Amino acid sequence: MKKFRSMLIAVILTMSLVLTACGASGGAASGGSSSGGTIKVGVVNNPPSESGYREANVKDMEAVFSAANGYELKTAYSLKNDEQLQAAQGFITEGVDYLLISAAETTGWDEVLKKAQEAGIKVYLFDRMIDVDESLYEAAVVSDMAKEGETAVKWLLDQNLDAYNVIHIQGAMGSDAQIGRTGALDEQFASGKMTKIVQQTATWDEAEAKKIVESVINSGEDFNVIYAENDGMAKGAVAALDEAGITHGVDGKVIVMGFDCNKWALRELLAGAWNYDGQCSPFQAQIISDLIKGVTTNSSKKIINEEKGFDAKTITQSDIDTYGLGE
Amino acid sequence: MKNGTKKTFSAGLGQLTIPIIAICLLVIFNLIRDPGFFSIGIMHNNDGNIVLAGNLISIINGASELAVLAIGMTLVTAACGGQDISVGAAAAIAGSVFVKVLKSVPSISGGTVLLAFLSACVVAMLFGCFNGTLVAVFHIQPMIATLILYTCGRSIAYWINGGATPTVDSPILSGIGSFIPGIPIPTPVLIVIALALLFKLLFHFTSLELLTQSVGINGSAARLNGINATFIRLLSFILLGVCVSVAGTIGVSRLGLINHETLLLDVEMDAILAVAIGGNNLGGGKFKIGGSIIGAYVIQMLTITLYAMKVSSTDVKAYKAIVIILLVVIGSPVVKARFEKWVAQFRTPKLKASTKGAE
Amino acid sequence: MQENCLLQMRHIDKRFPGVLALSNVDFTLRKGEIHALMGENGAGKSTLIKILTGVYQMDGGEITVDGEKVVIRSPQDAQNHGISTVYQEITLCPNLTVAENMFIGRDDSLWVKHKDREKRADEILGKLGIPARSTQQLGSCSLAVQQMVAIARAVDMQCKVLILDEPTSSLDDKEVNMLFDLMRDLKKQEVGIIFVTHFLEQVYEVSDRITVLRNGELVGEYLTEDLPQVELVAKMIGKELDELSSLSEFEEKKTENKEVFYEASSLSSSETVPFDFSIHKGEVNGFTGLLGSGRSESVRAIFGADKVTGGAVKIKGEPVKITKPIDAMRHGIGYLAEDRKRDGIIAELSVRENIILALQVMNGFFKPISRSESEAFADEYIKVLNIKTASRETPVGSLSGGNQQKVILARWLLTHPDYLILDEPTRGIDVGTKLEIQKLVLKLAEDGVSVTFISSEVEEMLRTCSRLIVMRDRHIVGELKGQDLNQAQVMKTIAGGEA
Repeated sequence: MKKFRSMLIAVILTMSLVLTACGASGGAASGGSSSGGTIKVGVVNNPPSESGYREANVKDMEAVFSAANGYELKTAYSLKNDEQLQAAQGFITEGVDYLLISAAETTGWDEVLKKAQEAGIKVYLFDRMIDVDESLYEAAVVSDMAKEGETAVKWLLDQNLDAYNVIHIQGAMGSDAQIGRTGALDEQFASGKMTKIVQQTATWDEAEAKKIVESVINSGEDFNVIYAENDGMAKGAVAALDEAGITHGVDGKVIVMGFDCNKWALRELLAGAWNYDGQCSPFQAQIISDLIKGVTTNSSKKIINEEKGFDAKTITQSDIDTYGLGE
Repeated sequence: MKNGTKKTFSAGLGQLTIPIIAICLLVIFNLIRDPGFFSIGIMHNNDGNIVLAGNLISIINGASELAVLAIGMTLVTAACGGQDISVGAAAAIAGSVFVKVLKSVPSISGGTVLLAFLSACVVAMLFGCFNGTLVAVFHIQPMIATLILYTCGRSIAYWINGGATPTVDSPILSGIGSFIPGIPIPTPVLIVIALALLFKLLFHFTSLELLTQSVGINGSAARLNGINATFIRLLSFILLGVCVSVAGTIGVSRLGLINHETLLLDVEMDAILAVAIGGNNLGGGKFKIGGSIIGAYVIQMLTITLYAMKVSSTDVKAYKAIVIILLVVIGSPVVKARFEKWVAQFRTPKLKASTKGAE
Repeated sequence: MQENCLLQMRHIDKRFPGVLALSNVDFTLRKGEIHALMGENGAGKSTLIKILTGVYQMDGGEITVDGEKVVIRSPQDAQNHGISTVYQEITLCPNLTVAENMFIGRDDSLWVKHKDREKRADEILGKLGIPARSTQQLGSCSLAVQQMVAIARAVDMQCKVLILDEPTSSLDDKEVNMLFDLMRDLKKQEVGIIFVTHFLEQVYEVSDRITVLRNGELVGEYLTEDLPQVELVAKMIGKELDELSSLSEFEEKKTENKEVFYEASSLSSSETVPFDFSIHKGEVNGFTGLLGSGRSESVRAIFGADKVTGGAVKIKGEPVKITKPIDAMRHGIGYLAEDRKRDGIIAELSVRENIILALQVMNGFFKPISRSESEAFADEYIKVLNIKTASRETPVGSLSGGNQQKVILARWLLTHPDYLILDEPTRGIDVGTKLEIQKLVLKLAEDGVSVTFISSEVEEMLRTCSRLIVMRDRHIVGELKGQDLNQAQVMKTIAGGEA
């Protein structure tokens, strides 16, 4: 029994060695052909089911790296780092020209990226950074969550309110988005420019956000700004306002701010029910494509994806169509 | 024999003692903290309706989904001696189906909302059937059996709608989720009352209560009395499915949006706690639906109290855990027995003392 | 002989609150002997065994092993003195290997040499001729082999006294023979074996000596070859043979008549061998036999309580199918189960709810009995059966055993059955209630209800039944009526062989 098992393992090992060798040679051959026609791109990403953001991100990748644009796209989606590593390894042996990675975890990528470098494959990171030496990748196109917060707070200061009494509804504590979007507002609380009525996490849960706002309303405390760290929680907060008969939006008593730019949220802006929505752009594909094709060049390895903030007073339907996520 | 009567008597009242004491303590605590805590205001909401508002309304309104689920969970607990931990995930599925149907009809009317609810109901009952079959037919422990749906339920909910947070907007939905024009009481509260009445009628017009209790207390004896225990257990899961679809529908209607990742997240634990706080034996058997509903309100009152005290919502869970541990420990048979012993001890010396006094 | 003596228990007393479980009991086990410990339920067998294995502490008496006085305070003590037990249910771990099971908990060293263990285990298994490999998972062995592994474990622990508590109850004939061979082997190795069983024939097949207990007292110790089966039965049940034969003949009961209500041919369930049975309208008959003879299993098959595997059933001449209790109930059959606590009462529900349960089930899901109606039923039967309860809403679990039994009787009477099966309705209840129940049975029969009555007390059955079906080792071995309906004949038939 044991003998048989060890034999089996040996056979499998040999076979896999042979296969990898075949794969490598095949990759080299196709690498040669790619110079003539299509550009082979391997994308390692999180699955679209992760969030609306990711869904838009995946769709964007598929749209930009299409055959029509001269690409051959291979994709691998996983929430697990080791599966992502395996997929990246697979792309290297398959012989892609470019490897695009949004990693599940920031660590463990050294070896794979070195192998890619040895094989002459250029690596771009998107959406998420990885803890490796800069020399191992061409560029990283990422969002700057802190900047998203700063943009939003700057917009809020520009409203020149007499007083800023803020209900701050946070996302899941410790997440990148929460830390980034909280930072700028915390500075204002610290400086005394704005007053913190309540700062609570609703862990991205709409219903929880509603309860938080409800409890403030019930306590009778005055507030005129709701700063919710995503659209869903902003919607929950607004539901509480509606039930309590408190006006909000462009001509209302309370300023409502959200993030992520879901299409439905932008429509709320267009209708004037909300005031501000900060973008968290999932659209990195075009930037990377431009870099690949040499349309643009990058001076620094880290490229911040420009992100907008939309104001209810200036938003247009075409903004919604262009920048809105989901449907 | 006399002893027996006494025991029954205290057991009959005893089941509701703990949750009622808990509610009283919370009320007193809040009144001391803030005498106006329970004041109810009458105001106009943004749709121009006259509505009631205040912490009390927030509590009974906010607890609606939990109360609905606690009703179903009580039945499953009684019949199967175990709990369904997939109710949150199943509610996300039901909510997703509800939204899916509403999004696929050209315009939202009363009829389509009903259709959407019925679809959600059927789907939730099917998933209840699945859980119930594992438990009743294959005799898998309820928690293990429902672990499957608990794990994959929210993924299934994602497949139904794709995307993260599809929204639906209709005055009918806000009628379900918040207020019906002209009625100042939040609709979810009315739904809980209606559902509780429905179950009351179910118990009145069928022998479900007796059969469920028999199966839960002594499955072997129940079988020898001709009760189809498999059917009763399966039925409890199907009825829980109905509750799940109601809870999911309320949850979706409140905001007109389904977020399959967060809709009724972790509600299963609260629902089980509501059943426990309600004095029901988690090992099955005798049950009181009323106790579980009160249990749901206890949990919600606790949450709202903590929010009103501006306890950080990350800490709320820890405080809740402390209070609930206390409640459950106080309600445990061990503590009850100790307490009875203590009372007995206390009584005898007192008697002696009084006779001495007479001398 | 004294030298040969391995274990002696002398003047053992054991009191439980309110009961004297053992009174002045002596027991002697010799080297290389298989000694059967016999007695009906409640005779004190298991109490004696539990004292010997350290589960209970005795209140009086002394135990000597190899001539030295010992004190056994815990199962660990018992093991240290070389006393090992193999219980009816296997207490090993089915998901470990045979070797692991043989050594688990015995050497505490953290570093285990698996190879050594396996080698040693295989040696022992080989020596005892047990068909198992040391590396095999225990769960993959048959029950008999598992039991033998448990014995092997005991043997390897240098046990001198091996207690086998009902080892054969879940084994088939072939497996029983394997086990007996092993026992005989051990006997040659000077191990003393205490064999507890309710299968009489097995006692005669394998044991050298028999000790009989009754009501916590020693009846006597006998050489197996000197004690005929019928005498053994008499000693267990408590009537001397001559006393039995001298009993006056019972008056004939007046039921030889009328139509057959229930008739089964080669009926079998998962727990029985195929058997034939019938009962007339208004007849009271009974299944008798020692505990474990299959009498309960037979009536369970009639009621569909166990999985029915074959046979044809007719009720009032019409062929019917009864595969589950509700079928039987719909055909007018009621069944009061042997184990009141496990299969009868719903302890936490009230007397009222317990009484209406069966009727409610028969009425169906959508026809609940109204509160007032159920109260009327409960009140009626509390009065008719003289049930002593504080109120109809008292949980039935808090009633005394006899009153619980009456509640279950009420439950079935309320369904107005044509045929009532009562399995041990009088066990563990006081004499007064026993008589009430017997009277009730006779009255029911007068009203045309057929009753099958099972009791461990033969006298009780003779008083009520007009026909007795006698079972031994899961087979019907006789049917007694009329002239033959007397204790002596019953004993003889139960014991079998030399009638």
